[in-house]
Amino acid sequence: MRVVIVDYNAGNLESVRKAVYYAGIDPEISAAPEDVLAADRLILPGVGAAGRAMEKLRETGLDQALDEAVRVGGKPMLGICLGMQILADELLEFGPCRGLGWIRGSVAPVRDVVGEGPRVPHMGWNSVAPRNGGEAMFRSLKGRRDFYFSHSYTLRPKDDSVIAATVDYGTPLVAAVIWQTVFATQFHPEKSQDNGERLLAAFFDWKP
Amino acid sequence: MLKVRIIPCLDVDKGRVVKGVNFVDLVDAGDPVEQARIYDREGADELTFLDITASHEDRETIFDVVRHTAEECFMPLTVGGGVRVLDDIRKLLLAGADKAAINTAAVKRPEFVREAALKFGSQCIVVSIDAKTVGDGRHEIFTHGGRNPTGIDAVQWAKRMTEYGAGEILLTSMDRDGTKIGFNLPLTRAISDAVPIPVIASGGVGELDHLVEGVIEGHASAVLAASIFHFGTYTIGQAKAHMKAAGVPVREDPKT
Repeated sequence: MRVVIVDYNAGNLESVRKAVYYAGIDPEISAAPEDVLAADRLILPGVGAAGRAMEKLRETGLDQALDEAVRVGGKPMLGICLGMQILADELLEFGPCRGLGWIRGSVAPVRDVVGEGPRVPHMGWNSVAPRNGGEAMFRSLKGRRDFYFSHSYTLRPKDDSVIAATVDYGTPLVAAVIWQTVFATQFHPEKSQDNGERLLAAFFDWKP
Repeated sequence: MLKVRIIPCLDVDKGRVVKGVNFVDLVDAGDPVEQARIYDREGADELTFLDITASHEDRETIFDVVRHTAEECFMPLTVGGGVRVLDDIRKLLLAGADKAAINTAAVKRPEFVREAALKFGSQCIVVSIDAKTVGDGRHEIFTHGGRNPTGIDAVQWAKRMTEYGAGEILLTSMDRDGTKIGFNLPLTRAISDAVPIPVIASGGVGELDHLVEGVIEGHASAVLAASIFHFGTYTIGQAKAHMKAAGVPVREDPKT
């Protein structure tokens, strides 16, 4: 299986590569649209600012390649953190900008959603609750549900049925989505020790 | 529910683990990557390296330590000590760190924190605060391993750093560090209650009850300790079991 980790200058690629390797797959890291088109499965990682990330995807033509490979071509893709948020059509980090627009909805500050109580960033290990068919992705974890989160923004899909898992932070936040052939997580499987490794393996076994 | 994190810390000098008592009389005790592996296996929630290497020539050693650790340990990794310019942060993140802790450089030039948060995102910028309670019950910031007073009020400073984009505060009770008598709880609570970002309590842990106090009385979101874990006094698992028994939510049994 040819797995390409998409390099769009959004950090954390090595961590993802090593975790994927431990999950049994030897992935490539590439910034080339042709590699995206040739891959069997894609991983879109990312930490940092959404605006700059989208700019980079557009400059390099990776946005078009991803669109062709995933939205049109139906290749399975795993989005992680920022790699989930930029699937939305509206990003509000440092002023509004447009994401890939695959998932209808916005990315809003966690503070706006959870109110004044909880600390932001939402940082640390929290338990996710699968729903809407997301259960299958977590089956191999045998009931273990803790993953590592580190984010100040959160995805708010217009259509709740794409939500594959939520996480309770006083208010439920989106922890994972499934949209067509995309599985994407707000948390970091590559930083979630055994649970993360099993979830990565589940993504490679996934037949959407 | 978000769990309270237990974070072992490794003080690293020239690529080797040491732990001081009040930051002097350092005792050499091991290979940081080996230690990191043990903590990973025990289910530590995060790991922090504090680079205390003094000389500039030896500073590169920390990047190798981070690189080798990140190759094997799939948990969040924070590195502090000697973070002075944006490029230091960039190099740490590229080596595999998830967060960089800024201390003295923030005191010298607070705007550095704002620039770092804008460039790398708040989630990877930790502001490290070393503070002591001074005569009149005020809490003051100290730099250079607790030697240099700054006259800066710790609570005001924590608020300012939050405004500048810090994603987290690593608060060390400098008057407790290495003493094993527990966190400075009034200080910890004052800072935790003043800011809306996570606060990690550090400095002075000698008993597992101290960890509990840091959360229940100090209102900390995470607790950090070095020597109790490093010298094998307690395991991470024992710390978690103790906290759970005291009603603190912890991540359990990650390996079963």
